Amino acid sequence: MYQYDSYDQAMVDARVAEFRDQTRRRIEGTLSEDKFRPLRLQNGLYLQLHAYMLRVAVPYGTLSGAQMRMLGDIADKYDRGYGHFTTRQNIQYNWIKLEDAPDILADLATVEMHAIQTSGNCIRNISSDQYAGAAADEVVDPRPYAELLRQWSSFHPEFLALPRKFKIAVIASATDRAAMRLHDIGLRMVKNDAGEIGAEFYVGGGMGRTPMIAPLINAFVPVDQLITYSEACLRVYNRYGRRDNKYKARIKILVHELGLDEYRRQVEEEFAHLQTLAIEPPLAELERIKGFFADPAWETGLSDEIDLSNADFARWVAANTVAHKAPGYAIVNISLKPIDKNGKAGIPGDATADQIRIMADLGREFSLDELRVTHAQNIVLAHVKKADLFALWQRLVEADLATANLDQITDIIACPGLDYCSLANARSIPVAQKIAERFAAPAKADAIGELKLKISGCINACGHHHAGHIGILGVDRKGTENYQLLLGGCEGADTSLGTITGPGFDENGIVDAVEKATNVYLANKEGEERFLDTYRRIGMAPFKEAIYG
Amino acid sequence: MADVQFLFREGAAVAAPTVALADFGADSNATAVVIQPGEDARALLPHLDRLALVEVTFPAFTDGRGFSTARLLREAGYTGELRASGDIGVDMLSHLKRCGFDAVAPATPLDAAEAETALNVWPQVYQATVVDGRKPIWALRHGK
Amino acid sequence: MKIVTGNDLKTGEVTWWTGSEWSTNVNDAADVGADAATVIATEEAARRVVAAYAIDATSENGAVRPAHIKDRIRALGPTVRLDLSLDPSATPDQVL
Repeated sequence: MYQYDSYDQAMVDARVAEFRDQTRRRIEGTLSEDKFRPLRLQNGLYLQLHAYMLRVAVPYGTLSGAQMRMLGDIADKYDRGYGHFTTRQNIQYNWIKLEDAPDILADLATVEMHAIQTSGNCIRNISSDQYAGAAADEVVDPRPYAELLRQWSSFHPEFLALPRKFKIAVIASATDRAAMRLHDIGLRMVKNDAGEIGAEFYVGGGMGRTPMIAPLINAFVPVDQLITYSEACLRVYNRYGRRDNKYKARIKILVHELGLDEYRRQVEEEFAHLQTLAIEPPLAELERIKGFFADPAWETGLSDEIDLSNADFARWVAANTVAHKAPGYAIVNISLKPIDKNGKAGIPGDATADQIRIMADLGREFSLDELRVTHAQNIVLAHVKKADLFALWQRLVEADLATANLDQITDIIACPGLDYCSLANARSIPVAQKIAERFAAPAKADAIGELKLKISGCINACGHHHAGHIGILGVDRKGTENYQLLLGGCEGADTSLGTITGPGFDENGIVDAVEKATNVYLANKEGEERFLDTYRRIGMAPFKEAIYG
Repeated sequence: MADVQFLFREGAAVAAPTVALADFGADSNATAVVIQPGEDARALLPHLDRLALVEVTFPAFTDGRGFSTARLLREAGYTGELRASGDIGVDMLSHLKRCGFDAVAPATPLDAAEAETALNVWPQVYQATVVDGRKPIWALRHGK
Repeated sequence: MKIVTGNDLKTGEVTWWTGSEWSTNVNDAADVGADAATVIATEEAARRVVAAYAIDATSENGAVRPAHIKDRIRALGPTVRLDLSLDPSATPDQVL
């Protein structure tokens, strides 16, 4: 994985010093809250319901054992012993003191981590495929391109006061595991007929109150023009994105209002101009970065046999491991949607400091010292020898990290909701827990199979409810929490947006409604159909009838 | 109009009165113009030769359109004074400079010591903005 | 009653205006009547509080109950982690 050189380290250290100075000025009174707010946000520091919240970047979701361990230590030293992994592959701490924030950033910098641009109206942390470098279906490893973009976007002086936040994802396989087309810019690395690598540019996707799937604006941007093309996309947005209404300020609205062809024309014009300026890093820089992501020396002659005589282990292997590109290896998902022996569900995405450190150790021991954070709020050990799976599983069981439910109805994405978030209208976590508990019996969840359920506590859609096979949106109805149900969303290759079923429900009502929807699926399922497939085939009507009839 | 507090170019700040972009016709004698965030600075490109001052306003520091305005004027070869004015805090100074501004006139004067610290935060830069004359880190890495 | 709440600037803790200072206990909140704007302006300027705002609340037997669920959650803590709240014996129902 990528390692800082003295330049990268100096930049991150400078950022810590800058924020320390800004924080001091705020506390001493020469910097007002109005002026400080965007600065702290661009260092990941929010003011939330109960305290300050710090969002730490995990660039493209990849981190080392030492970095993961530091995340656990920070949870103990500065927070209340836990952290929350987010849908953009970051981690959040909920109980931060402003006066500690510069020290936390300094601690992070010692392991080449930071919180740069994890919030604010700027280019955010670049996300990617959590299986990068391990997936059998990728054209190339997308992370070097994400790192190239990370450096370009860090402190870019022209783009630090954009109309609104700006999220970029980079993937390199046909299967989209990063919700790429629901980003402001999505890049898919592809190979053309001549065998050259380039990027498809999708621009103008997003969730929020106006969800849109990003259209393709360029089918092949050569690999030596990625930065220049991105800069053109951003400049057009910075100049012409709406600033009169924050709900219409995302680039998706600009692309929609200008029309795809006109936006593309403006980008191409700006691109032609920027190409004359030589702002693109040389290919040697990309090669330098790629060197950090070269395949490790896979052990050869490994067996693909796994002893599945332990039934719990067998179920975990079936649910939580994925095919690896190298023989004898597997990709392991550690679910952060735990359900304990008594059927009690945990908080989606949360992990204790001890669990974080245990995962760090397991990453070091079993996965070539590399971990991933997924947009589904789980952790991945990308390179585990199949022969080690049983030993790894036993260690996960001891740490309450062995729940076998990947992509099942209990593997719920949920935003922090009204329990933590100052923007939320309703709580998300208790709803997630109640649904997970309703389907806690493994046989029940297994029968339903793949079903991606996503919950947001407000229209901002941090819980990706538009993209859930089943989505739930919490709203405020005259001071009480109310939950709307959506069906048919999907963030994968065949991206689609969910449709609201009808009137909303209270907390218990929404759990019942979800169960009714799954019953309709089970009654109508044909062959190997997933919930989403059946929904797409039979449509909304039978579901509506079961839920409201 | 606020005074120029920071000048990153030789000589004195241009004293000529500015006219609005809309009044800056091809046949005007004006040598100084002021651009608001929503205006297209490329309208000035045919007239760069006779311009001594372009003032780019920042009515709100959260509106970053002026950064693009500055860069594209410099990219087109403008060499006169490029002044940022308005709601400007010390933490913007380095970014303004990197986008090609060489004069800053904050609506409220800034603390000189704080400004000095803020201007010297970054040891290096990641991007080639070209217009600031700084070599980006990738160029240093590869001896460009 | 009208009460004023915000977060402590340095620690971020949720605080309530008692009439003379800030308390982390909602039950200490004082009715500020029509003075909310003055309290907020003075206290924010003194950097003792950030993001202060006034809300409606009721008071019964010394217990102050904010009108909106959001502020009741702020007063207590996350309903899903009441072990971390000011009153670990509380139940989620108390905020509903």
